[in-house]
Amino acid sequence: MSLLATEPIRLLLSLLCIVAFVGGNAAYLVLAERKGAGRFQNRPGPNEAGYGGWLQPIADVGKLISKQLMVPPDADRLLFRLAPLVVLTPAMMCLAVIPFGDTLVARNINVGLLMVFSFGSINVMAILLSGWASRNKFAIMSSARVVSQNVAYEIPMLLVVITLLMATGSMDLGEIVRQQAGGFWHWNFCRVWINPLMPVTFVIFFICMLAETNRAPFDMAEAESELVAGAFTEYGSMGFGVFFMAEYANIVLGCSLATVLFFGGWQTGLGAVPAAWGGWGVLVGLGFFMAKMYALIFTVIWVRWTFPRTQFYSLLNLSWKILIPVSLFTLLLSSAMIKLLPR
Amino acid sequence: MKTSLLAVPRGFLSLLTGMRVTLAQFFKPAVTVQYPWQTLKMPARFRGHIELIIDPETGRYRCIACKLCERACPSDCIVVDGAKLEGEKRKSVTQYQMDFTKCSLCGECIEACPSDAIRFSRAYNLAGTSKDEYHYDLMKRPGPGEQGP
Repeated sequence: MSLLATEPIRLLLSLLCIVAFVGGNAAYLVLAERKGAGRFQNRPGPNEAGYGGWLQPIADVGKLISKQLMVPPDADRLLFRLAPLVVLTPAMMCLAVIPFGDTLVARNINVGLLMVFSFGSINVMAILLSGWASRNKFAIMSSARVVSQNVAYEIPMLLVVITLLMATGSMDLGEIVRQQAGGFWHWNFCRVWINPLMPVTFVIFFICMLAETNRAPFDMAEAESELVAGAFTEYGSMGFGVFFMAEYANIVLGCSLATVLFFGGWQTGLGAVPAAWGGWGVLVGLGFFMAKMYALIFTVIWVRWTFPRTQFYSLLNLSWKILIPVSLFTLLLSSAMIKLLPR
Repeated sequence: MKTSLLAVPRGFLSLLTGMRVTLAQFFKPAVTVQYPWQTLKMPARFRGHIELIIDPETGRYRCIACKLCERACPSDCIVVDGAKLEGEKRKSVTQYQMDFTKCSLCGECIEACPSDAIRFSRAYNLAGTSKDEYHYDLMKRPGPGEQGP
């Protein structure tokens, strides 16, 4: 017990848990995605491997692992192999600062929010790397599109986060959640007395999250039906699999961040968990966190199978002509309200 | 100015409407048929290759080997042969072959038949790896009940 309690061991264990969490989620969210797609289209989805298709992810991983990882002859061998890892690692690192419960966080640092966003933007560079290193003109073109898309959506995303930061006054994710204790009307999503446009802020955050993770309707990076596989054209085998995992790891990260920032993280929304429950209280909080996170992930899947892919110029128009002005307005409104209204 | 400002919330509401429509589909049952495990019943007027009808009273083919179908066929894909059995007035079919690779399912043979001895089958599970598999000997093909739904 004393060994387990030492800081390096605790950190190692929690990081292991995060890796397992990301891996398990990546595998089974793919299944959830395909099952969800099936349900939205009135068909059952994958149901042959195992009961109801529960072994499908294992079959998929087995297939991907058994394939050969081809490196195109002209490609930059090092960067080509490095790119999938550079996509996946930041997403996993960001999860280390996400507080899943009051005491359930791998590494609580007081600038957690800043860390998530700085690591989150490495994602763009990694996709650019993957396109660049594969020496394929289609891959390079689509990675250029990804860069312009992600840069365009980083701005409104950061603007709404700044709006939120002004309301919370802290970059510590645990502290942000603690401020939302009590009833669900204390969640940032509902705190319209700080900023009447708080729900709009969340919608902008959610749209930007979809765009940053390259999800439909903004999936210009892959665009399977139009660009072969976009930036990942030359990747096969587990190299492609890791990009896939990274996409789902980023969705998990984005949805847990939205849960923390807007939906009160581990807070139940019905008042505090009784102190008498002790350690079980943390588990209850974890349950609420997961419920909110998976509800958001379901929304992500729901959005994907509802809207067709946007055209590229309308994608950029949405960001520069609508999201950025609206988020600037919420920023101004929020700062004016903080300045003028008594706290 | 006013319309362009209104376009944003209106567009957002239309997105929500779309999401409501898809969510309604989410809770509806699946409409697909899991093919190898489940099959649909073929409609009554489905046209498979022709098959010979067995007379339920005698248990023999109704065909009298008159060769009218052979002559009616625009693709020349039917070959019929028959013989007169001892003590019978009518002829009986001894050979009925058809080349399904040429058949266009036009139904001329069925129209021409004077004794209503042939009809379209409901067989549609007809995958094969060579042309020869579609040269059917109709007297050796399984009966109507065993040819699938």
